[in-house]
Amino acid sequence: MLKLTINDKEIEVPRGTMLLDACQQAGADIPTFCYDPDLKLAGSCRMCVVEVQGRRNLQASCVTPCENNMIVDTESANVVEARKIILELLLARHKLNCMVCEKVGACKLQEYCYRYDVKESRFAGEAAHFTREDPNPFIERDYDKCIMCTRCVRACEGITGAQAINVKDRGHHAKISTIFDGKLADSSCVFCGQCIMVCPVGALTSKVSMGKGRPFEYEKVLTTCTYCGTGCMLELNVKDDTVVGVTSNRDAQLSPVNKGALCVKGRFGWDFIHYKDRLTTPLIRENGQLREASWDEALDYAANRLNAVKAQHGPDSIALFSSARVTNEENYLAQKMARVAIGTNNVDHCARL
Amino acid sequence: MTNTIEELEKDATVIFLIGTNTTENHPVIGYKIKKNVRENGAKLIVADPRRIELAEMADVFLQFRPGTDVALLNGIMNVIINEGLQDKDFIEKRTEAYEDMKQVVEKYTPEIVSAITAVPAEDIVKAARMYAAAEAGSLCYAMGITQHTTGTDNVKSCCNLALLTGNLGRPGTGVNPLRGQNNVQGACDMGALPVTYPAYQAVAVEANREKFEKAWGVKLPTAKGLMLTEAINAAYHGDVKALYCLGENPMISDPDSHHVEAALKKLDILIVQDIFLTETAQMADVVFPGVSWAEKEGTFTNTERRVQRVRKAVNSRGDARQDWQILSDMTTRLGYPNSYASPEEIFAEIRSLTPSYAGITYDRIEQTGLHWPCPTEEHPGTPILHTEKFSRGLGLFHAVEFKEAFELPDEEYPLILSTGRQLYHYHTRSMTRRAIALDTHRPENQVQVNQKTAAKLGILNGEKVRLTTRRGSIELKAQVTDILNEKLVFTFFHYGEAAANVLTQGEALDPIAGIPEYKVCAVRMEKII
Amino acid sequence: MAEEQRVLLKYADQIDPKIAEDYIKVGGYKGLEKARSMDRKALIEEVKKSGLRGRGGAGFNAGMKWSFVPILDEDRYVVCNFDEGEPGTYKDRIICEKNAQALLEGMAICGAAIASNHGYIYCRGEYPFVVETLKEGIQSAKASGALGDFNIEVRMGAGAYVCGEETALIESIEGHRGEPRFKPPFPGVAGLWAHPTVVNNVETFACLPYILTNGAEWFAGIGAAKYPGTKVLTLTGDVVNATYFEVPTDYNLRDVIYKLGGGVKGGKKLKAVQVGGTSGAFIPEQNLDTPIDFDSMSAIGASLGSGAVFVMDETRDIVDIVTRISKFFEHESCGKCNPCREGTWRCREIMEKINAGKAGQKDIDNLMILSRVMKNAALCGLGQAAPIPIDSTLQHFAYEYSCKLN
Ligand SMILES: Cc1cc2nc3c(=O)[nH]c(=O)nc-3n(C[C@H](O)[C@H](O)[C@H](O)COP(=O)(O)O)c2cc1C
Ligand code: SF4
Ligand code: SF4
Ligand code: SF4
Repeated sequence: MLKLTINDKEIEVPRGTMLLDACQQAGADIPTFCYDPDLKLAGSCRMCVVEVQGRRNLQASCVTPCENNMIVDTESANVVEARKIILELLLARHKLNCMVCEKVGACKLQEYCYRYDVKESRFAGEAAHFTREDPNPFIERDYDKCIMCTRCVRACEGITGAQAINVKDRGHHAKISTIFDGKLADSSCVFCGQCIMVCPVGALTSKVSMGKGRPFEYEKVLTTCTYCGTGCMLELNVKDDTVVGVTSNRDAQLSPVNKGALCVKGRFGWDFIHYKDRLTTPLIRENGQLREASWDEALDYAANRLNAVKAQHGPDSIALFSSARVTNEENYLAQKMARVAIGTNNVDHCARL
Repeated sequence: MTNTIEELEKDATVIFLIGTNTTENHPVIGYKIKKNVRENGAKLIVADPRRIELAEMADVFLQFRPGTDVALLNGIMNVIINEGLQDKDFIEKRTEAYEDMKQVVEKYTPEIVSAITAVPAEDIVKAARMYAAAEAGSLCYAMGITQHTTGTDNVKSCCNLALLTGNLGRPGTGVNPLRGQNNVQGACDMGALPVTYPAYQAVAVEANREKFEKAWGVKLPTAKGLMLTEAINAAYHGDVKALYCLGENPMISDPDSHHVEAALKKLDILIVQDIFLTETAQMADVVFPGVSWAEKEGTFTNTERRVQRVRKAVNSRGDARQDWQILSDMTTRLGYPNSYASPEEIFAEIRSLTPSYAGITYDRIEQTGLHWPCPTEEHPGTPILHTEKFSRGLGLFHAVEFKEAFELPDEEYPLILSTGRQLYHYHTRSMTRRAIALDTHRPENQVQVNQKTAAKLGILNGEKVRLTTRRGSIELKAQVTDILNEKLVFTFFHYGEAAANVLTQGEALDPIAGIPEYKVCAVRMEKII
Repeated sequence: MAEEQRVLLKYADQIDPKIAEDYIKVGGYKGLEKARSMDRKALIEEVKKSGLRGRGGAGFNAGMKWSFVPILDEDRYVVCNFDEGEPGTYKDRIICEKNAQALLEGMAICGAAIASNHGYIYCRGEYPFVVETLKEGIQSAKASGALGDFNIEVRMGAGAYVCGEETALIESIEGHRGEPRFKPPFPGVAGLWAHPTVVNNVETFACLPYILTNGAEWFAGIGAAKYPGTKVLTLTGDVVNATYFEVPTDYNLRDVIYKLGGGVKGGKKLKAVQVGGTSGAFIPEQNLDTPIDFDSMSAIGASLGSGAVFVMDETRDIVDIVTRISKFFEHESCGKCNPCREGTWRCREIMEKINAGKAGQKDIDNLMILSRVMKNAALCGLGQAAPIPIDSTLQHFAYEYSCKLN
């Protein structure tokens, strides 16, 4: 074990612990942009710098291994100055339109500016502009809000393995782009939206959710994805009794299969829920046409017809197709209905198709 | 799956994929496989008639002729046995009928198999050595294995291979079918099958029937039920007169759509319970509006047997009603009065009759889903099956001979057609066509065709073509590519507008599982001028 | 003391660097022979004892660096940093053009010390002709048997200054974007393809044969006690003899300029000297009587760096020069970390504003705070050092700035 003093508090950590974790253990809240516990470390945003006694420079705590007897100050004057200046540098090139930003309430830039009382940037001047329409229907890319944390790049590579995006160009002109700076649709992007999941600011957002609600307005309901058999967990974002988006939960307890990762269907395929032609009333065919009916009428009608068929041709002249789409509970009831109420084993579902 | 998804990322040292286009059909599983290969150096063997995405990063890629799975797997086993690479200890202690299998496999030398499958003999050898040498070899398959008249044989061959190499019962091993839809596993577990009650308790076994008769308080039918494809045929022949269809769209998903349509038209009554007026619902006599998964409580069981919660996020609209309530009401009206207060109450009944679910409660899976079998409330669930013994005791080898697919190309229909899925759509597209982004991105069907075949037929990328089989024809755009060979064309079954199942044959099915042969039928392709 | 002391360049223009035999005739490859006869640890001790410190800028003890390399069952690499991206610096090129075999021998000696057979030379993109020399030299050395089983591959740089930073250099050899990595882990532990890797400068390697043949004491006895040996300097700017020299490290700066360099051109007065390349501090006339060694330079807030000496006469406009330097850094920032990516951009912006006479005291204040944060918080040496020219001129030439404020 290593002994450290962090903000006058003595703690012990196992060898190999990074300073960031040690600081957190000591109760210090360290701001980070590029750090993500599930991704390759970058050590590049420099927001997590802390002052370590005896070291010439401030240390980026996310990539600094703890050493015995380190004395650390996580909010020293130098540290606070560095963080403020970094925030001001980022603001100086940021398309600041929080009023209409999809990320409001969950934006780290906003959060830290508030925390460090950064109201405006003393470095306001010229800045490179990258905004360009990407015609895909899934991901809105507004790189004038990008803070170059490269989490999206690392998630694309490290979680999805798509390697669709990377940093292109250098210095202030560095930006996130596909290999030939083209459209996502022409790259190896699979539109899983893992980049949106990790983006700490409003640079990457979902086009499907656009304008429908911001993080602080919606409630998240954890559920299992309705598409393939992988069984990813996802969060339905609900505002005013309406699903307005899908986010994911990266906690391995809550999201054991996918740990937040989703595919394009899981993340962007939710809007059928409120699609305009959803069935909202029972229908009965009359004179060749389907017409609306009450539940009692429809249920009675269906039951009577089934009973009649059963009476005339026997229970095995009736078949029931259950569904791989519905719940266990419903499948159970469906097969039970076939067996106990109709009296047939003619029950199956589309497992084979 | 005998094993878990996570093991594909963490534990498997060799992953053998056959008949699964994992990155498109189980994307998140695909990510994990990629990660294991890239970051941990796991070896990857991909066997598929198309050069799918994962083939690009495979150590061995076996591009075999569709429908020759048994031959290919027998060939691999032939090499393993001849080179003495089998797990002798495992075979001795945990399996039986090894000799029977060995006898059959002996004939399948790499050279002979190469002639059948069009895979170079040395690749068969390479794959065999790689998989056999695996510390932990995981075999995964999907519909590419099952959707054949020999589907059951194909599955047996996969099991043979795993048994032969002792790749079962340990982390990172297993025979792992990747199930296509969110709750296929659960639907099967719940006994939505003609021959089993919940938890695969066979209808034919009297003790089982008695158990359920006692629990449900009625006499239960003894006659073997009809499988879905059989039921459609029976309807066509007038033996089935009524069909209750819950969240299914056989008009698009079942083989030979014209035949399906004719069959459904002959019914006295068709009842459809769904959330949209699907192609099938449009033919119904009664339509019940159910609710989507976002509007209901319940559980799904994923492909790794993990039972997880589905939670209601929003209220349903209009008069739509909870599906469980509709079923319960119908059951009552059909003469079996019943009532439940909630899905949780139904789940309690399930537990009481389904030993593998007995230990699972909503409370226990509030945070993290559990893997069945989970027999008691103290049981932690079973991520890995068959660690000490198989459900039947010893693992049974099957002697499986290769059989050709039912309908092979000929002069009139010179190409093989395979159908399958793609990343951006789901099943019959009833949901994803209404997911605007997905449908905008992939609005219409395409057929993948090799560039040489296309050139011969004078077809350019994106041009309209007609596909014709003995059953019908559809028109769609050609996607000229080199991921499949000159004899094969591939299309997606999602699209009602150019429905691939107009083309497929439903006449010959797998004799045991009743699965249609979606991966092989004979087709003709022509340019539309 | 006004003489050069040539060790590395002793046979300059007398031997052909491409031909191993030439070098062998003047005693070459004896050092390697000796190194190979020694125990690995003793060899590292010998190098440590010589006091040889890195000539690439950071001045780290070479033997010490090697001693950190873990010898486990994996490949290890010897990498020569020949990126030489500092404007005004060309000493590595001179060493290669005059005595490439010494570099090769030095790398092989390092190979012997860390039990490695793989060497890479990462050569500046603008030096294609030197690459040819090196390749032929390697071929000749291999053919002569002098290198034994030590192999050396030459890789061309991509023309980015930051690729001279050792971890960016490694990324570049690996085929990635030339961006620095965070340290630790240091290359010695996890470098090229995550294997232990020693990165040293050309000049550092080239010293090794002489240390081995003449002994560590001999080397330690030359020049400054704490930074012994000789140093190849390159003189540029307003100086009469704008050329290169090899001097013992206790040579002082005034002598470099006035004795070897022949003084300021046109008999003008000297305004400032920038030592160590673009990121070096500006040294005013009153500090000229300082030995050039690493520590003495540090003591006056400057750095020896690569050994470039840029002389500015009285007519030079300091603010204008610093503005141009700030443009250089803005251009060369790789863009990975926030303080440097945005900081170099804003430094340039503010410097241009000052230079154009449009700035006020507020801008100077902003510049100072920005400098401090860059030094404190940038990821690599580029961002940390970029503000040094600004800082040192604000300190020593404040008047020139104030003249331009409005
Ligand atoms: C921005 C930057 C550029 C550098 N350029 C060079 C260079 O061109 N040549 C060099 O030898 N070292 C350069 N270095 C120093 C190297 O990172 C490293 O310290 C050196 O190669 C180690 O060799 P040495 O110990 O022999 O000096 C540079 C450092 C930085 C931060
Ligand atoms: S787009 Fe978002 S995640 Fe990607 S680098 Fe920019 S800020 Fe980071
Ligand atoms: S998010 Fe994608 S991979 Fe995950 S369950 Fe849903 S459809 Fe399958
Ligand atoms: S200091 Fe500059 S050059 Fe170095 S990593 Fe940061 S951005 Fe790149």
